[in-house]
Amino acid sequence: MRLLTHNMLSSNIKGVANGFPLRIVAEKVIEKPVEMNHDFLKNMFAKLDWKAFVDASRSLGYVELPDEADASMLESSEFLNKFHHALLELHLEEGALVCPETGRKFPVNKGIPNMLLHEDEV
Amino acid sequence: MGGQSFDSGSAINHSRMPSRIAQIRKVCSHPEVYDPCDDSFALVDALLADRSNLLEHEPKICMEIGCGSGYVITSLALMLGKESPGSFYIATDVNPDAVATTQKTLQAHEVDAEVVTCDIASGLEHRLAGMVDVMVVNPPYVPTPEDEVGGDGITAAWAGGIDGRTVIDRILPVADNLLSDKGWLYMVTLTTNNPSQICLKMKEWGYASRIIVQRSTEEESLHIIKFWRDFPSSRSLPRPGSGHLGVKGSLLSQLSRLQFWGSGSGSS
Ligand SMILES: C[S@@+](CC[C@H](N)C(=O)[O-])C[C@H]1O[C@@H](n2cnc3c(N)ncnc32)[C@H](O)[C@@H]1O
Repeated sequence: MRLLTHNMLSSNIKGVANGFPLRIVAEKVIEKPVEMNHDFLKNMFAKLDWKAFVDASRSLGYVELPDEADASMLESSEFLNKFHHALLELHLEEGALVCPETGRKFPVNKGIPNMLLHEDEV
Repeated sequence: MGGQSFDSGSAINHSRMPSRIAQIRKVCSHPEVYDPCDDSFALVDALLADRSNLLEHEPKICMEIGCGSGYVITSLALMLGKESPGSFYIATDVNPDAVATTQKTLQAHEVDAEVVTCDIASGLEHRLAGMVDVMVVNPPYVPTPEDEVGGDGITAAWAGGIDGRTVIDRILPVADNLLSDKGWLYMVTLTTNNPSQICLKMKEWGYASRIIVQRSTEEESLHIIKFWRDFPSSRSLPRPGSGHLGVKGSLLSQLSRLQFWGSGSGSS
């Protein structure tokens, strides 16, 4: 699971008012290099919740991203490289996503987050 | 669905265009996961038929609900890939084996997409609301007793409840919530699902529809329908957040019944 996906996920357990962002418990993080694509990065930058993204990257052990960012920074190749790396090359392979309100853990195994709810959570 | 009779027309097309869609020999398989079948091929054919429109559409986020083997999302990413490189692909399935199989199929084709195990799009509905430009769905559409719906493994691939509509009718409001203003939905339906009634319902929510592919096999008659937001007035309807669908339902019941989608329907 990439951080882009983490940024799109929230806890939707019944009764939870604000299930975003999910806290990450990282047991295994892997890196897979991929080619950089400016269009893609620009498109996704506009859709990201930056704070959640930075916090998530730090929980995977990557501390290079600035606390705040705006679109003008996409002109900087140094920023782009870091953004690209954190967004698309880091994968949470094993671990969990934790609901910020209830503490319920959604497991991530083999890179796949499992958001299925138990019957009493729907 | 479930039949062995491959549609010869589509099989020929597929072998002629190996680079544009997933290659069957590279599509992974699992005893509890739905293998690509006539319906999957028809959906991919519909996407291919609409490919030039899709390229022009420049979708930023593409999503598949119920990805099974991964054949469809992989094909979509491949057919748009090089010419529309700015897109993010995400696929869900309620069956964990299907999600794992999709991940393998994607990897076998060196396609980048993200996968999530969830019920329809649960967990994604809040943050992805209004962001999906293209959604593809080949739902479980076979009419079955209601209690077979929501079963584990391969049963979930086909069991569709009364008229095969139970899961479809749960997917439609989610699609409406997730689709962007320019969003398109491609969905497989069976004649028994009463596709015209589905289109009517979607029309009430502000969607136009068109049949992109119509195909009859020995066992079933399939329609691949494309939906897109049409009514300018639909914007003024409140978009439901997840959990507020009831509000919308009651609003809709007050709207006058709209005429059936006759004029917009065509076939390939
Ligand atoms: C007809 S199969 C289609 C598989 C694949 N997309 C294809 O076209 O070959 C339907 C798929 O939907 C999945 N499914 C059924 N109910 C679902 C639900 N509530 N949420 C997500 N996926 C579901 C099934 O597990 C199955 O993989």
